Amino acid sequence: MARRVAIVGTGQTYHRSQRLDVNGRELISEAVIRCLEDCEVSIKDVDAIVIGNMDHFESINYVDAWSVEGSGGHMKPIMKVTTGGTTGTSVAIAAYYHVASGLFDRVLAIGWEKNSESDTSAAIITCSDPIWDRFSYAGAIPSLATEASAYMEQYGVTQEDAARVAVRERAHAGNNPYAHLRKPITIEDVMNSPMLAYPIKLLDVCPRTDGACAVVFAAEGVAEKIALTPAWIKSTSVRHSTTWFGDVDYNTGLVSLTRASKEAFEKTGIRESVEEIDVCELYLPYSYAGLKWIEAIGFCGPGEGPRFVSEGNTDMGGKLPVNPSGGVMSTNCIGATGLIRVAEAAIQIMGKAEKRQVPDVKTAFVTGFGGCWWSDAMVLGKKKPL
Amino acid sequence: MTGESKEIELLTNDSGTLSMPYEWSIGKYGSLFFKYLREKRRFLGIRCPRCGKVMVPPRRICGPCFQDLGEKDIVELSDTGTIMAFSVVNYPFIDPATGLKRPIPYTYGYINIDGSDNIFSHVINGTDETKIKVGMKVRAVFREKMEGNIQDIKYFEIIR
Repeated sequence: MARRVAIVGTGQTYHRSQRLDVNGRELISEAVIRCLEDCEVSIKDVDAIVIGNMDHFESINYVDAWSVEGSGGHMKPIMKVTTGGTTGTSVAIAAYYHVASGLFDRVLAIGWEKNSESDTSAAIITCSDPIWDRFSYAGAIPSLATEASAYMEQYGVTQEDAARVAVRERAHAGNNPYAHLRKPITIEDVMNSPMLAYPIKLLDVCPRTDGACAVVFAAEGVAEKIALTPAWIKSTSVRHSTTWFGDVDYNTGLVSLTRASKEAFEKTGIRESVEEIDVCELYLPYSYAGLKWIEAIGFCGPGEGPRFVSEGNTDMGGKLPVNPSGGVMSTNCIGATGLIRVAEAAIQIMGKAEKRQVPDVKTAFVTGFGGCWWSDAMVLGKKKPL
Repeated sequence: MTGESKEIELLTNDSGTLSMPYEWSIGKYGSLFFKYLREKRRFLGIRCPRCGKVMVPPRRICGPCFQDLGEKDIVELSDTGTIMAFSVVNYPFIDPATGLKRPIPYTYGYINIDGSDNIFSHVINGTDETKIKVGMKVRAVFREKMEGNIQDIKYFEIIR
């Protein structure tokens, strides 16, 4: 029987395109120190560490060992977890497993990236199959663009529909002092930005960011003593698909996200997701995901994403605010990106989100996306799970 | 050193540009695929006896079924297919295989090879996005001297 687990503290760097003033370890330590200060937990009381970043981005193997002075992991159990885009949510879920198992009471989860240190597309291309896919694969943007092209064809979705998502993310980022891109943009700005890979333009897609995030997970009985309002993990779900890009069915939607969301909702008894969830932090790396993937989660029916978004449902003050932080399209330090979703959801439950706070959050929903179209999902709640 | 230094030039170190070569095994069925491509100029797929789906390229295991696939399950396909999704790549990036910038623009395409149930990722000739549509038929164009790798297919050309 798994133990109940809550998030008791979070910390982030002020995310930027390039942090020349710190090396990777020092970047990590900024987030860790902020996190430990947030929950007033001493590094001595941290029982284990889970850390992750992207393979090949900084060209450093054994990041778990390399980063010890920044993570605080000297003479502690440390595990490195790396799963591509989902790294941050995988790190969070692995930290949750550590505590839920009963073997550790306080576990520190860390995600980080110095995107500025390499060519992001070249590094991502190494995730693809070297025999079959690597020759034509051009990194994340065209692979998402192909998904968008099929979605537009299927439902008559326009580039303007997608631009509306980009506008929302940036409007929300303006409320988040940690976000990398905070300047408001208009649909016209998105439409006029350079075409990177049809139909994705510069302002349709996430930036490359240097940043780190840290989160402390604690067991029931310990968590309540650390935090006034712990953010309880109500459920997690992970769904991976096969490794061939060619095995994705572009006409059935993001199946892994549909399955992960369904399981995460069922485990916590969520039936009417739009009614029962108060805020979402979704891993939306590009604007079209803000339409298609909310359909995959089940917030609206297939092809209804553009209307659901344009009616303002996902804006601050809407029925179901999505990404009060500004999301991935405003900040993308990839190994940290999923963990930032988890941290931001916890902050919303704890009531510490300041200008980006959604009022009275009882239930928050988080997703992670990565690699070959796979998905993580997590439900967090203010009330301790039964 | 005394006091706080006010202006430090922030330095970086560069890795150099040396490449690190690898040698990847293609496997038995993959090797057969390239042999067949060279000799017959046709694609090979493999049918999973459990789910009935034909997948290209042929592989030893059907992932969703976790079903072992045998040589008897290999099927011949044509050299034509349908565009399922595409994107015109228009931004510069380094190709990790060469360490050099990959030539742009080019069109990245997901092709459903006729007779198969999945998608083959490759390049479509033509970079005018207004002239390419999901659903168009394409045919593979092969290079003269086949070497047993994915570039034995030069590109897919739109036939209608």
